[in-house]
Formats: sequence, C-alpha cells, structure tokens
Amino acid sequence: MPSLQVEGMTHYFGGLRAVHGYDLRVEPGQIRGLIGPNGAGKTTIFNLVTGRYTPTEGRITLEGEEITGLEPHKIASKGLGRTYQNLRLWRHMTVLEHVKLARYSKIGYGLVGAFFGTSRRHREEAEIEERANTLLELVGARHFADQVVTSLPYGAQRRVELARALATEPKILLLDEPTAGMNLEELVQMMDIVRRIHDELGLAIFLIEHRMKIVMELCDVIQTLVFGQVIAEGTPNEIQRNPAVIDAYLGKDVVT
Amino acid sequence: MGVESGAIPVKAGRMGSLVSKARAWYSGVPLLGWLLGVLVAVALEHILGRRVARALGMSKEPVLFGFVTMLRDPALLPSAVLYVLLIYLLPIAAVARLTAQLTNRLAATLLSLSSGVSSAVHLGLIYGALHLWSDLSDYRLLLVRLTLIAIMVTLSLNLVNGYMGEFSCSHPGFMALGAYTASVFTVILFVDDRVFGAPLLALPPLLGQFVFPIALILGGVVAALGALLVAVPSFRTRGDYLAIVSLAFMFIVKSLIENLEIVGGPRGLQGQPDWANLPTVFLWAVACIWIINNFVRSTLGKALNAVRDGEMAANAMTVDTRRTKMVAFLFAAFWAGVAGGLFAHVLRYVNPGTFDLKKLAEVLAMVYLGGLNSVMGSIVGAVGFNLLSEALRPLQIIKWMIIPVLLILVMIFRPTGLIAFREFDVQELIRPKGEPQQH
Repeated sequence: MPSLQVEGMTHYFGGLRAVHGYDLRVEPGQIRGLIGPNGAGKTTIFNLVTGRYTPTEGRITLEGEEITGLEPHKIASKGLGRTYQNLRLWRHMTVLEHVKLARYSKIGYGLVGAFFGTSRRHREEAEIEERANTLLELVGARHFADQVVTSLPYGAQRRVELARALATEPKILLLDEPTAGMNLEELVQMMDIVRRIHDELGLAIFLIEHRMKIVMELCDVIQTLVFGQVIAEGTPNEIQRNPAVIDAYLGKDVVT
Repeated sequence: MGVESGAIPVKAGRMGSLVSKARAWYSGVPLLGWLLGVLVAVALEHILGRRVARALGMSKEPVLFGFVTMLRDPALLPSAVLYVLLIYLLPIAAVARLTAQLTNRLAATLLSLSSGVSSAVHLGLIYGALHLWSDLSDYRLLLVRLTLIAIMVTLSLNLVNGYMGEFSCSHPGFMALGAYTASVFTVILFVDDRVFGAPLLALPPLLGQFVFPIALILGGVVAALGALLVAVPSFRTRGDYLAIVSLAFMFIVKSLIENLEIVGGPRGLQGQPDWANLPTVFLWAVACIWIINNFVRSTLGKALNAVRDGEMAANAMTVDTRRTKMVAFLFAAFWAGVAGGLFAHVLRYVNPGTFDLKKLAEVLAMVYLGGLNSVMGSIVGAVGFNLLSEALRPLQIIKWMIIPVLLILVMIFRPTGLIAFREFDVQELIRPKGEPQQH
C-alpha cells in the first residue's frame, strides 16, 4: 500500500486552473522530488494534499485511508507532516514549546488536566518533553531548546521547523524547499539531517526543491511540474536527460 | 536609544550605585521574607497606626499609603510620607533583611515538604496581610475586594487578547451576565425581595456560604453561553470580526438588561446577601489565577499562542484551532461571569449602566498596562490601575487626564505592557534565595 496516493487531482482558483490531473504515488520509505519553474503549482499541491485547500476534483489517500477534504489538523494527526517554504514558526514561543505543541493531538489529559494540573498531566508533559528533546537532538538544535525561535540563526530555524513536523509522528513528510536561503554549510547539514531521518525513522519524504544537486542526490523519483501539469516523471538520470524538462526548467547549460 | 542609555548612568551614577548596593543587599531575601515584613508592617499599623498618625498631625491613619491625604491637603505631605516610611517601608525593609536567613531556611523546609504546602503558607501570609490591612477601614476592605475581582477580569481578558491575540470587547457584557444571573439566583432563593417576594429557601445565613459558589458558577456558565453566541459567527475567520461582534454583544446585553423590568431595568437590582466577604473573594481570585496559570502553561494552553502567532501552521501541526479558540473564549467568559457575580455581591447592588464602554476601557487598560501574555502582568496591571485610580481620586477630573497620559507613556516605552510574555512560575517565586540555597 502506498504511503500517499493522489489520483486525478485538479484545482481551480476562481477561473485559474492551478493544478490539472495530478497523480502521485509515494511508496513507504521512498524519497520523492517535485521540481518545476516558479508558479508551476508545486506549493499548491502541498496545500491541497495537507488539506489547506480542498481540491476541485480528485482523491487523496494516506495509507489507503481517504483524506480528501478533511481539515488540516485532522490530516496532520493522521500522519502527514509538513514544513513551509517561508518558515512559519511562532515568534513568541521557544524552540522546545514548538516541538511539544506538535504533539497536541496525542495529548490525553484533556481540559481537566490542563486546568487542575493533575498527575496524569505532569506525566504526559514530561513524556512529551523527553520526546521533543530527542527530536531536537536529531536535528542538532537541542542546545537552543529554551530560546525564542526568532533569536535563532536561519538554518537553525529551518531545523526546528523540521523537528516540529517530526513531532506530529508523520508517516510521510512534505518538505517545501528545505534548503531555501541557506548557505553552503547549513545546506550540507540539512541534507545530512534529511538523510538521517529517512534512515532512522524510515519515513517517506516528498520534497519540493530548486537546487538540482540536492534533488538529484536525495530523490529516488522526480516529477517535473509545469503550469500545474506533470510533464515528466522518472529517476534523476532520466529527468536530467528529458528534453521537455530541459526546455521548460533546467535549461541547456545544466546538461552540457 | 544608544545615546540615551549612555547618558543615564552618568547622571544617576551615585544613585545608581546606591540602588545596586541595596539590590545586592536584598537579593537574598525570599518571597517569604517580604511577606513576613509586610505582615509585621500591617500589624504595626494596627497597633500603633492611630497614635503615629495623630503625632504627625493627621486625624487618623492615611487610608491609601498617604496618597489621598496629601492630595487633599498638600500641607500634610511630609506627615504622610513620614507615616508611610515609619509604618510600612522601614519595618518591611528591616524585617525582610533581618529575618532573611530564617525565612530562607523556612522556605527551603516548606518547599521540601511540597510545593503545595509552601504555596499555601505564602497565600496564608498574603491573606493575613490583606485582612489586617483592610480591617482598619471599610474603604480599604471594599478596595481590596474590588481589586481582587479586577485581577480576575483582567486575567481572563488577557487569555483572549494576550494569549490568543484576538481582540475581544465583550468582557463587561460577560460580567453583566454573571452579575445578574448570580444576583437573581441568590435574591430569589434567599432574600425577601420587593419584586421576587419571599425567599424560596429561607436558609440560615451560614449555609449561604455553601450555596454562593453555585450562584457564581451559574453566573459563569451563563456568561460562557453568551460567549458561544459571539464565538460561533466570529471565529470562522480571523481579523476584526471578533472585535466588532463582541462590542455589539456588550451593548446588546446592556440594553437587554435595561429593558428587563423584572430585574429592575435601568434602576438595577439590589439586596444581594452579604456573602462576598474578603476570604470568599480571595479564594475565588486565587482559584482563578491558579487554574488559568495551569492552563496557559500546559501544552494545550500553549496552542493559544500558536494560534496567535500563526494559525495556519498551528492547524498543520495537528492543533484543532477552532476548538482551541472556542475553549479559550468560553473559559475567559466563564471567569468574567464569576467575577461579575462577586462584583454584584460585594456592592450588593448592580445596575446595567456599570457594564458600559467605560468599564471596557478600564479592563482593556488594565490588560495592556500590565502586559500581554502574562499572568503576573495581569495581576500588576489590575492592582496598579486600581490603586492609581483610587490614589488620584482627590484630583477628580484631572485624574482622567493623568491616567491616559500614563497609559500612553507605557505604550510608547513598553508597547506590550509592563510585564509581558513572562511565565508565572510559582516554584521559582517561592524558592529560597541567596546563600542558603547553595548547600
């Protein structure tokens, strides 16, 4: 059973057709890439899959269970984690609070526990905190735990966002340009971390990326999107040689 | 900014070193020591206050730290200052410093028993001081109770306007709902009233203390139901909707009550039993602070901050944002309702005119003065605003020029309020300070 499957998804913004007849099948443990020129509809596809928009047509299933049209928080708690292209961190909250909050749907102590500070709450909060610290360790941000996110360097903010997405216990992780705006050092670190979470947690990963080097190195299968339509799908090698992709996106210089 | 901060130390050099010396000297005093000092000072006033006041040329103890006295009769300014120095400042400073070692050891012992026991002892001391202080005049008693109620209202509004980052204007409306519900309940059941006739249950007054919480909770629940009416249409989207809908709600509640002849219409409702005494109000205020503080420090409560700082991301991180907003708004309204019920029973009279724009301005001022997203901020805001408002009362109309100017200054220099975005950590507050902590 595929981790994530999208069949015949089409979406209109008013009269504008942003995505047309999109199909996707991500197998468990696979790393998938989505490339394409600006405005091709890549982020729209993420927003459709995560429930921020409801597709005009089409069907989305997560491990066989249909999630089309569900609210974003329901889809997220069923096991679909994501990060954003332009970081969406909560500016007044600490790093640890970010990661802890992503466990929201797994909290069992309820309002009574929250109001009266029951022993069950203390136990669960301690568990959540331990788990959050492990994840921060994994992305190398443990030493930032008590800092407010806005005081962190950019690369670290990206890693915190990743840890936050992991805390939702995703079965598949959607990364929207995980290396955007990073310098070389941060970039290498981020690639390392993505590989590590893939290996250690066995997650399926679906990522949008503009840096070809990263897409080619990380991904098993790559889709190329132009004007909301997939024009090519294949292994990095196939994509690099595909004349339609070269024409629309890569440009001739890359291959020569 | 840089130039200014460079200039200040030069000017305040000597003062600065004195202040820092005093600060170092007193850094080892735990909260317990300060509270003990306050208690001693208040007890001293009980015993010696009248005599000291007479000796200084005043007819009786200055009622509010000398402010009212000196504003009424500027010639008494030296006496008032001297009184405050002799009765309050010096004893507190002396006791706090001299008993520091003892209180530190005591604080450590209490904390090792359990933080609950330690908190209870601290609260006991606070209550003792408030009780003795307000024992000396009815005015003080009223002020203390109204201030405690103001803390509850401020804190509950901070939940929505600070923690959740929405802008709600309906708190006076919720207070009115709570005040009237609780009042009608107690008046019908327990009081021989003109309108409602003989009491349904002629319970002995002592039992009333046990029924009173039911009346207050009922008031809170009705206020929360009112909040539901506001929340359902306005939480579909973010933005100014809540501000507008909640403002409308406040006016609707006010005119509704004004037109309900059965509860006295614009004339108001009176004759509430005298159950909102100091211990009752104190306990409710403590419960309110404790529960709200518990909530905002839990991960469920932190969801409010996430909704404020980025609702979309919160939703994508499994947070049910709609439910979160509803719960917080209803919860805040509940406490406003309880506070309203207490308010009506403290004054033993309630009329719809109380819950108007002026009340709203007051509550908002307390929230924004004290600081957003902060329990301590709300306490400081409510206490500060109430004391200031009372202290400046002799200035009459000029008071309403001074307070807004102060608010504007706060907004300029601390845009989010005096103590904003700070966690209220009771453990940290009650722990022993200074040397004894090391071993």
